[in-house]
Amino acid sequence: MKTYDVEVRVWLKPSVFDPQGHAVEQALHTLGFEGTSEVRVGKYMHLSIGAADESAARKAVEEMCERVLSNPVMETYAYELKETVR
Amino acid sequence: MKWAVVVFPGSNCDHDAAQAVRDVTGDMVDLVWHDVTDLAAYDAIILPGGFSYGDYLRSGAIARFSPAVDAVAKEAAAGKLVLGICNGFQVLTESHLLPGALLRNDHLQFRCETVELIVENHTSPFTCAYRPGERIRIPIAHGEGRYYADETLRQRLAADGRIAFRYADNPNGSVDAIAGVLNDRGNVLGLMPHPERAVAAWMTSQDGRLLFESMHRFVEEGSYARANA
Repeated sequence: MKTYDVEVRVWLKPSVFDPQGHAVEQALHTLGFEGTSEVRVGKYMHLSIGAADESAARKAVEEMCERVLSNPVMETYAYELKETVR
Repeated sequence: MKWAVVVFPGSNCDHDAAQAVRDVTGDMVDLVWHDVTDLAAYDAIILPGGFSYGDYLRSGAIARFSPAVDAVAKEAAAGKLVLGICNGFQVLTESHLLPGALLRNDHLQFRCETVELIVENHTSPFTCAYRPGERIRIPIAHGEGRYYADETLRQRLAADGRIAFRYADNPNGSVDAIAGVLNDRGNVLGLMPHPERAVAAWMTSQDGRLLFESMHRFVEEGSYARANA
């Protein structure tokens, strides 16, 4: 059994309006950051998982992203996984 | 008929919903804890408003894995009536008993006010006591009530008459001003407004009464019709 560190990011699909991102973008413009656009606010999650190998760990992470950590109706996700260094 | 109101940790409109049903219909109502695994004894099940599990992760995302929601899915499949109000609606979309999703209001504000709704479908088990196109006043209280459906789903909902209620003046940016939707079979309704808060003169509106009355009539007259067939 190996342990992996996983970083999951979840954000709204591009087609879905993100009012938080929009509000942050307006604030950035107010502060003078004129060139900023396409601001999106998402979620970041970290977890550790024990699995036989990397492919088993990836399979489990993808399942939890599809079923719990994101709602595929409106959100999309990405993750990074690496073996925990002791 | 017998009603159940499912109570999740963080539900806060459970007693209001039960009291509204008792006042309007005179029926028996049980409050049942979310660890219940069998709801077969009930003709109608309400998932009430509130903040189940503190709305952690997403509204309704954790409650969706309660044993009670599996039991609700089973009864929905058997044709029983399931009503999700506010957070209950969010639980129903998260558990895929209703399509679409509920997102943060487009203006980011929590809206707590009485709004006007248009009864779009007056033939469902939840709306059969209303007149076609009737305008009713029902309170809303939510920060995440923006109904989202992609283009394909929008068209399907409209074509199949599954939009039960629309907002007269869209308060949250919902697609097509949708306030309440039905499942394809018509026995599951989710809506963001709170009909249980509009059942007495002192509540400033009694327009929610006909929703509970509709469900009562649908079940009682349905069983009467079956018994006498």
